[in-house]
Order: sequence, then structure tokens, then C-alpha cells
Amino acid sequence: MSIIATVVTAKPATVRSRWLTSARRLKNLGLLAVVLLLWQVTSTYILDKTTAVLLPPPSAIAFAGWDLIRSGDLFVHLSDSLRRELVAFIWATSAIPLAIAMGWSKTINDQVDPLIEVLRPVPPLAWIPLSILWFGIGDVQNQFIIFLGMFFPILLNTIAGVKNIEPNIIRAARCLGASEARILRRIVLRAALPQIITGIRIGLGVGWMALVAAELVGANSGLGFLINDARTLLRTDVVIVGMITIGIVGLIIDRAIRVIGRRAMPWSRALAA
Amino acid sequence: MATLTATGLAKEFSGHSADDPSVLALRGVNFTVNHNEFCSVLGHSGCGKTTLLTLVAGFEEPTEGELLLDGKPIGKPGWERSMIFQDYALFHWLTVEDNIAFGLQMKDVARAKQKSIVGNYINLVGLTGFEKRYPHQLSGGMRQRVSIARALAVEPQILLMDEPFAALDAQNRSLMQQEMLRIWQHARKTCLLVTHSIEEAIALSDRILVMTRRPGTIKADIFVDLPRPRDEDDPDVIALKKKIRELIHNEFEIEH
Repeated sequence: MSIIATVVTAKPATVRSRWLTSARRLKNLGLLAVVLLLWQVTSTYILDKTTAVLLPPPSAIAFAGWDLIRSGDLFVHLSDSLRRELVAFIWATSAIPLAIAMGWSKTINDQVDPLIEVLRPVPPLAWIPLSILWFGIGDVQNQFIIFLGMFFPILLNTIAGVKNIEPNIIRAARCLGASEARILRRIVLRAALPQIITGIRIGLGVGWMALVAAELVGANSGLGFLINDARTLLRTDVVIVGMITIGIVGLIIDRAIRVIGRRAMPWSRALAA
Repeated sequence: MATLTATGLAKEFSGHSADDPSVLALRGVNFTVNHNEFCSVLGHSGCGKTTLLTLVAGFEEPTEGELLLDGKPIGKPGWERSMIFQDYALFHWLTVEDNIAFGLQMKDVARAKQKSIVGNYINLVGLTGFEKRYPHQLSGGMRQRVSIARALAVEPQILLMDEPFAALDAQNRSLMQQEMLRIWQHARKTCLLVTHSIEEAIALSDRILVMTRRPGTIKADIFVDLPRPRDEDDPDVIALKKKIRELIHNEFEIEH
């Protein structure tokens, strides 16, 4: 009974409380506004011309951003980066079946585990020199680095997810007549899903960071290339526009995964709030 | 028909080292549970009563002896021997109705038929109106109702229960015992219940098997020939409770 009651009263309250939270959040931006204002004043009136080149005022960054959007350059670089992230992610999902196999079979786990323990501590960025030699400058090189950044978070989280499944849930499925294949697909995969999604969230974040680094040194397009290229031209305004874009897109990816996860798993509290 | 027979049943869990010696959980267990009989296995914690249940379910194989259901040896786990767990073991990513339908899907029951079976059992266990809820939105007692419906929906030959009401508070426990009795009288089945509660065993059972401490074996086989529902204050119930308590108490004395 109490469940029904809370659901009914909660509905009208959420709409109002959403307005209130938005207003409250706006108030929280006060310090940010002050910082931007100080920055603007400093760059325009206090710094001399040469130093101001290194730290252009927010207004100049906004204009540079507007130019990059209007010319379409920003979207070209952004879409190249996103495409690499996506391709690498598709490859990195191979971590999920591998992790489930490791969580399920002791033999597979014992064989694969040492290999992973050796490879995992090597930061993805340390692979960049070798990756450039193997794949040259371009998409494949970048995708390889991003893949390395994504693979291990997804793998380790999925393994943890599979190992944390309550044994009685598997037993319950067995004595309801589920075959091994059905247990893997309908029980193990579902029960471990919140942790798999967590792994994907972390993986996409690490991958996004690795992507920028890989593009800085080994690409002819993409956001990482954009900011490095702008550096050589001393276009600090473009550099900062690129940095802001990288940050915002990273945030959007993270939020999107959370929303998708919550929609797909209304029964899980792992991604709530 | 569903008659469960155990002859000379023993189970030893092998150890891996000197610090982890092998444990003899059960030894020389003999009993028969008759068709449609509600049988309880009563004993101290660690006496091997849950081990007995895992053997019947097929999660483990006996080290010695024979376990037959209708004369056929028990093999891998299957819907003929469905189980209700103390921690409910519900599929938390499925709604109430999908939990109950799970076993039917495993049996490849036609979809339309699944729906009517699920509806019937939701009715029987008193969960009407909660079909679309997820387990985390339900109270402990309601979760156990889902678990009961899920285990019954596959129409097992024998229903296994591992301390099903031990996680509930006292009021809910006695309510669920009455409910279990009502459900059992509607969907008559051979039942094997493992419990450490004398009251629970007396309230529900046709038969009570009292176990010794480890290595567990059957110490007493008591027929409970009293009309249901059984009143706690009934002199016959009190006398039976006293008798069983003494049996179990003696067992405890030996230990010390």
C-alpha cells in the first residue's frame, strides 16, 4: 500500500522540485561567472599584448568557437573523434564475452588472468609509439589506443559483476530447468548488467582521454589534432575551444550512458541519481 | 505420483589440505517421503539438513547411497524438483510475473498458456495487482510469495524449501506459514521443508524427520496426525513440541 501512495504523491512534486533544483543550480554558477569576468578583465586590460596571446579573454574564445562552428571545422573534427571512439568501443565490447567466460570457467580464468595482469598496468598512452609504428598516422592507430583504454575497465568490471552474482540465483534458475546456455544468456548476463554498464561508462571515459592523447601525436584530424595544430599557429583561442569541446562531449557521453542504463534497468539502483 | 526415497545416503565434502580437512556432512540417511506428503527435516544448524536438500535438488551428488524419485535416480537439477530459498533468490531484473513465468519459458510452455498459469499462481499466492513490480519494490513476505509461485508454476513433482521463512520477522513468519498451508492445500504437492523451527515443522507437516548433529542422520521419524490448522495451545501440539524439543535437546547435550 505504501508503495502506491508514494508513487501517487511523488508525481506532481517532481515537476515543481525540478524547477526549484534548476533555479538552485543557476545560483551555484555565481563563482564561475565571477571567475569568467575576472579573466575577461585581466586578459583585456591588465596583460600586455604578447602575454594576452597566451591567455585570450573568454569573449575571444567565444568568437573563435562561433567561427569554428560556422565554418563546420569543429564538427568535422568532432565527428572524426566520435567515429574513432565508436569503432574502438565496438571492438572493446569483446571484453564482455571474455569476462563472462572467465567468470564462468576456472580454466579460462587461470589461463587468461596472467596475460591480463601483465598488460593491464601498461598505460594506453605508453602504447602510442609502438602503435604509430604498427599502424601509421590515422584512424587505426587512434582506435587501437582508445581500444586499450576501454578494454580493461569493461573487462574487470564485467568479471566483478559475474563473480558477485548470488549463487542461489543460479541454483534457482537451474532447478527451474534452465540449461547452461540459457543461464549464461538470461541470468549471468542480466545479473551482471549493472556492473557491465559501469565498466562501459568508465571505459568510454578513459577511451575519450586516450583518444585526445593519441590524436595529439598521431592523427590528421580529430579534436586532439585540432588543438595541437592550433598550438603550432599560436591560436590559443582555438586550443581552448577544442579543450572545452572535449570536456563537454565527454560529459555528454557519460550522462547518456547513465540515462540509457537507467531506462534499460529500472530494477537497478547502481546508476540512480 | 511423487515418492522420494533415500537409502544409505552419505555426503562427504572433500578437503583440500590439512587445514581444510574433509567434512562428513551426512551418514546413513534413510527415509521415504510419500506422495503428496508434507515432510519437514528438523535439526540444529550445521547438522547437514541443507546438504540433504542440495542432494535432492541435484546441486550436489551423494558420496554414497541412493536417492530415488518415483524409483528413478535423481540426476541434474530440473523443474521436477523446484526449490524455495531462504534469501528468495528472485531474478531482481524481472518483474513479479516474469519471475513466475521464467520456469515456464524454460519448459517451453506456449505463451498464451504461460499467461494463464502465471495469472493463476499470482492469484493463489495473493499478489494480484503487483504483477509489474520488481522484487526490490516488495516486502520480504511478498518476495517469498513470488518465490513460492515461481517454484509451483512449473508443477514440480516435489517442492523443496530451505528455511523459507527464517529471514522474516515473527509476525510475517507465522502469517506465511498459514499461507503456505493454504497454498499447499490448494496445490497439493509432495513437499520437503528444511527448518530449525519446531513450531514451523509442527504447524505445517504430516511428517517430521529429526536429525542428529553432524554427521547428520535421521534420529526420529514422527507422524503428525493432528487436524489442521493446529492451535499452538492444543494439548496434543504442546505434547508433541515437548517431545521433539527433548529429542533435539539430547542431541545438544551430547555435543557438550
